[in-house]
Amino acid sequence: MSSSAFVELAGVTKRFGDLVVLRSVDLSVGEHQVVCLIGASGSGKSTLLRCVNLLERIEEGTIVVDGQTITNGKVDVNALRRKIGIVFQAYNLFPHMTVLHNVTLAPRKVLDLSRARAEASARELLKRIGLEDKADEYPDRLSGGQQQRVAIARALAMNPKLMLLDEITSALDPQLVAEVLSLVRSLTEEMGMTMIIATHEMSFAREIADKVCFLDAGVILEEGPPEQIFTAPQQERTREFLARIIEAGRL
Amino acid sequence: MHAFHEVLKAFFSPQSFRVALPDVWAGFQVNLKMMVVAEVLVLIFALAIAVIRGLPGRAAVPFRIVAIVYTDVFRGTPLILVAFLVGLGLPGLQLTVISSQSNFVYGITALTLVYTAYVTEVYRAGIESVHGSQRMAARSLGLSYWQALRYVVIPQAVRRVIPPLLNDFIGLQKDTALVAVIGVTEAALQAQNFSNKNFNFTSYVVAAVFFIFLTIPLARFTDHLIAQREMRERAQAV
Repeated sequence: MSSSAFVELAGVTKRFGDLVVLRSVDLSVGEHQVVCLIGASGSGKSTLLRCVNLLERIEEGTIVVDGQTITNGKVDVNALRRKIGIVFQAYNLFPHMTVLHNVTLAPRKVLDLSRARAEASARELLKRIGLEDKADEYPDRLSGGQQQRVAIARALAMNPKLMLLDEITSALDPQLVAEVLSLVRSLTEEMGMTMIIATHEMSFAREIADKVCFLDAGVILEEGPPEQIFTAPQQERTREFLARIIEAGRL
Repeated sequence: MHAFHEVLKAFFSPQSFRVALPDVWAGFQVNLKMMVVAEVLVLIFALAIAVIRGLPGRAAVPFRIVAIVYTDVFRGTPLILVAFLVGLGLPGLQLTVISSQSNFVYGITALTLVYTAYVTEVYRAGIESVHGSQRMAARSLGLSYWQALRYVVIPQAVRRVIPPLLNDFIGLQKDTALVAVIGVTEAALQAQNFSNKNFNFTSYVVAAVFFIFLTIPLARFTDHLIAQREMRERAQAV
């Protein structure tokens, strides 16, 4: 493993009671790298993401982010999360706040930016995602795709060094998926954002990922460049999974 | 016909209505003052206790226990007993500050103690109704536990519980009359004084009218809020 990895998981095990969700997972994500996690629902993709920003505590193993071991219990959780943006499947926007307020809340309260500065950069961000005219709307007035783009902007407003995307298109109508994915694409192309993406969108993973990891029952069964995983998978389980996906018309 | 006439005279005498009105009105202003002060105190204390009850972790166990015992005790005790304990008991202690307050202050204290317990439960239900993913989203942006509570959870919780909160306040408004038992000269006590002197019950009706006129707008406003929310939720479900 390269020493310049931005995120490094070693022997990570996570249990919920008797259920082992992650089983001694090793994963290395370099700076500016995009890693896609694929696998069936319940294979541990979301949990893995949540462990990286300590929304979940792990039982065994270590996670290093940006040169700092975050799993020894001494880390400042809030400081860590400032560096890591996460976007959820269900958007989780704050329904009682306008779009602008959603995006400026953390910069103002966590980074102590003045309202004027936070709003100026938030409007800039909203402009980039094509939603500047929705700044004063409430989330429930927006389509799912628009809400998810706002959620991405909200995470970006903290200038994170790492973005975690947790099945961000799974709750969207098919025609809304494209607008969200093209935004994610621009993050890699324009900003070189380091990202870990849990996704069911295989063609998207194939196009955007530097590395694809196939999770099965809490284990990274196979990892490699997208070409290899999608065209010449080594493991039987990976082949089965991809066959099912192709059957469902998603690749 | 005779009986009906007697009823009218005893409860709805225009003459007595006019005579009783000024005193009962003076008393009712005391009710209004107690109500406003108690409601403000209840809103603040109840929120604090609801937050304490929701604190996570083992370190917070003693605080949670105190909060639970408090709500259990004061939700379970009839207000009239709390009023006696506070209004008659505290002066008997002969402590400098605690024992030398007016009945008005004791009345407010009793009302606040009891209604804080009710309203704590209302707030708590509201806080628990905010989905965990909201807190998670806030925390994942780097907000602290308290910031997530302050900016994300509580504002949503409070909006949701405004109708039941107003219902409790309707109860509190009426119960200000109960503290007459510790000698607060409010509307009910004034009405009783008039009634005792004149052998006529119209004064009670006068007091009742004041309370009804205060309650109806609040009740309608609560209905309006509930209807509004139902409309919104139906609109969202489409």
